[in-house]
Amino acid sequence: MMLPVFILLPVLGAFLAWLASAVNKTLPRWVALLVMLAGLAISAGMWWQVQDDIYFIGDRWLQTYELPWMPRFGISFSLALDGLSLLMLVLTFFLGALSVMVSWKEIKERSGFFHFNLLFVIGGIAGVFLTMDLFLFYFFWEVMLIPMYFLIGIWGHGNRLYAALKFFLFTQAGGLLMLLAILGLYFVHASATGTFTFSYFALLNTPMAVETGRWLMLGFLVAFIVKLPAFPFHTWLPDAHTEAPTAGSVILAGLLLKTGAYGILRFVIPIFPEASQFFATWVMLLGAIGILYGGKLAYAQTDFKRLVAYTSVSHMGFVLVGAFAFNPLAYQGVVMQMITHGISTGALFMIAGSLYERLHTRELEQMGGLWPALPKMGVVTMVFVMASLGLPGLGNFIAEFLILAGSWQAAPWITVAATAGLVVATIYSLRIMQKVFFGTSLREYKLPDLSLREMLMMAPLIAAIIWLGVYPQPVINVAQRAMPSVAVHSTK
Amino acid sequence: MSASDLLSLLPLLIISGAAVIAILLVAIRRNHRVMHAFTVFAFICALAALYFQPYAVPYVIAPLFVVDAFALFNTGLILLAGLSVLFLSYSYFEQREERKEEYYILLLLATVGGMVLVISQHFISLFLGLETMSISLYGLIAYLRARERSDEAGIKYLLLAALSSAFLLFGMALVYAESGKMDFTGIGAYLETIHSAPVAVVAGFGLMVIGVGFKLGIVPFHMWAPDIYEGAPLPVAAYIATVSKGSMLVLLMRFYRDINGYEYTILWWVFAIIAMASMFAGNWLALMQQNVKRLLAYSSIAHMGYILIAFLAGQEAGQEAVIFYLVAYVITSIGAFGVLALMSDERNDAENLQDFSGLFWRQPWLAAIFTGMLLSLAGIPLTAGFIGKFYVVAAGVDAELWLLLVLLVVNSVIGLFYYIRLVAIMFQPLPGPAVRKRMPFFGIFALSALMVLLLWLGVYPSALISVIRNMMLTMG
Repeated sequence: MMLPVFILLPVLGAFLAWLASAVNKTLPRWVALLVMLAGLAISAGMWWQVQDDIYFIGDRWLQTYELPWMPRFGISFSLALDGLSLLMLVLTFFLGALSVMVSWKEIKERSGFFHFNLLFVIGGIAGVFLTMDLFLFYFFWEVMLIPMYFLIGIWGHGNRLYAALKFFLFTQAGGLLMLLAILGLYFVHASATGTFTFSYFALLNTPMAVETGRWLMLGFLVAFIVKLPAFPFHTWLPDAHTEAPTAGSVILAGLLLKTGAYGILRFVIPIFPEASQFFATWVMLLGAIGILYGGKLAYAQTDFKRLVAYTSVSHMGFVLVGAFAFNPLAYQGVVMQMITHGISTGALFMIAGSLYERLHTRELEQMGGLWPALPKMGVVTMVFVMASLGLPGLGNFIAEFLILAGSWQAAPWITVAATAGLVVATIYSLRIMQKVFFGTSLREYKLPDLSLREMLMMAPLIAAIIWLGVYPQPVINVAQRAMPSVAVHSTK
Repeated sequence: MSASDLLSLLPLLIISGAAVIAILLVAIRRNHRVMHAFTVFAFICALAALYFQPYAVPYVIAPLFVVDAFALFNTGLILLAGLSVLFLSYSYFEQREERKEEYYILLLLATVGGMVLVISQHFISLFLGLETMSISLYGLIAYLRARERSDEAGIKYLLLAALSSAFLLFGMALVYAESGKMDFTGIGAYLETIHSAPVAVVAGFGLMVIGVGFKLGIVPFHMWAPDIYEGAPLPVAAYIATVSKGSMLVLLMRFYRDINGYEYTILWWVFAIIAMASMFAGNWLALMQQNVKRLLAYSSIAHMGYILIAFLAGQEAGQEAVIFYLVAYVITSIGAFGVLALMSDERNDAENLQDFSGLFWRQPWLAAIFTGMLLSLAGIPLTAGFIGKFYVVAAGVDAELWLLLVLLVVNSVIGLFYYIRLVAIMFQPLPGPAVRKRMPFFGIFALSALMVLLLWLGVYPSALISVIRNMMLTMG
């Protein structure tokens, strides 16, 4: 019975925050923060509980919830929680709370409507991670677009309308192809079994012709790799990230990209095991290209946020490589990568936001020699830059190591290329440090270092990334249960 | 005619009678408020009469009419659409025109025409209904005589509608000459007896497609739409977009069903090509449009293309999808035009993109409604348009119309571009302090009701879906 709460809480909170703006400008912030913290507390509490196995229904699903919605089509409001969903929910509310805090000073105008959108997008994302009805999944997939569009389009930087529109059109085009594929699957299932249903559990074992399966799988895959984003569908991402307000960037990088990865793990591979095997090499190749190409582009950027945005393309390439390697090691790595990338990239965007607040520029050429002025921020940045390049002891290392170790068994040459990506990552990551904090200062800066609020934001992020790097077992335990059977089988 | 005949035609009789009484009312004393109240009252009476109709069994009034659940449902749709237009009309005409009363007479007459169309099963009633509606529309379109574009629009519609009626009439004559039948089922029976249709029948159908296509505003018979929408008073534009197009669509469905149109592949391809052309032409031309009325006109051409896909899918799901989409389309069109109507001032209609700049910070509720309507047109979740589009796509996938569906996806993305652009303009920051305009109560009330309906159908469409399903099962 807890599951609808994860969706209702942010959605109702969204309206409450908007209403609260009638009282004063700060109240919506508190409402939003409390809602996010409540969600975080509930989801983290569940995670704590399921460390013991007794709470599992069967061997995989922790909780399920179902209400009929449109019986005409066999659509129900069906939610279910397994380890993967649970981890994603914790991440969602964690980053959600941080994005409220990060906008505390940045968003001065129309804070009511801003927090409405922020909470609504979180509600949509929570829905995506929970739903087990494919129609409902598409529904939430689209629901999270509109508030994100507003977040970028209203509170973004200079070229915001262009970026927002591009983001919207790309994801919508992918989404519509997915809708066709969902409906195709629905009718294939109906003609094979006679029941019309969008239920994930029913569609999971749909018998279908090999050819049909491949086409349908491609429909899903396109939607997810546009969102992920993988080469060559990544072009919306740098614009959207760069122009979005800091909170928007954090949510985009930390959560929206993860919905693509989640979709692959949850739908593409389990529903179309044969087709996934068939296309695996090509998809892994796309992933490897993304790793190297994204890294190369990241190195070439002079805009802080744009640089970080391209690192996302690179890091998400690892997800693609790992997901299609079909073995438990790589699968664990992918789940870890989703979480650690959310944390490290989210943190880098927050740093970019803080710098922008102080310097009013994102140009790396305008920065340099900031360490004496901003020592605390320098240390924090150093941690996340190291995380981003995959330093052992921080979460990202575990993730990428697991992925590479797993994919080596599946496709050695692609793994070699992907491993070269780590070198590229080192180059572009260190460049951030050098350009911003080292080198000679252009001017004599007198800047305020991290405030208490900013320290409060950064501290949990640092704690999380170190914790995941040193003791990732709680994540691995929970993710273990949610592993698609394909990943398990192909190891023998 | 027996008493039960009269009873089943009661809604139609009420509206016709109301038109006559309205003429007398004007003759006694001109009073806008009385006239408006009377018309609203007539519509409500007709709706009430509809409520008491026997629902389950089709009632045939030979040879012209058939009153079945399908007809009743669409009559209700027409009446509700007309009622919403009425609510939006009062303030719009109050501030513009000296002689406002005749508008209501014409509106009643046009509604009579639409109501006749949806119960027709015979060429004669079809043509009478169509002409009653068209002739009233000439007057309605050119109603604001003082405006420069008004006459142009009126004359244009007059000429083109007369031309298309001539095509339709000639087509009907050709079909009649060969088959000797004028009722739809008779023609269907005739078509089954022959192996290959004679040239005259083929030509007849071709000419009829032109006549019907004009009314639906589908490519290549769409040229009138943008000019008429731009020149006509806004409530009238809403009326044309919904009642006029909708009743023609309903008639087409009935005709197609009675003659077993799905068996004729050539006819299918004709409509398929029209559907593709409508989607592309409508969306491309809307893309760079600076005038919101014209934009809505082109978008409605594109939406007719989407509806045709469901229509072509045939079977149960396809027909349900057409009706559901039509309902969603009616709500959104009236809503969108209604927002324009409320924003207009005495001299100019709100039709340029700049008029909407920063609307969200000036009139939040109005902007929210407009955003809802536009998102529904774009097919975004939580709105009726989303379920409608889903229904259409589902019907298409079921019938395996892959080509049409891929084109629909491409067009949806194109369409999204201009809807979202308009939304973005509403959310632009305001240059100066916000000046709030007082909004007429009835207008806001009608729009709010439409918005609630829009969201309700978007979140919980099951009720409407089951009504439509039952209706389709009992169709005569």
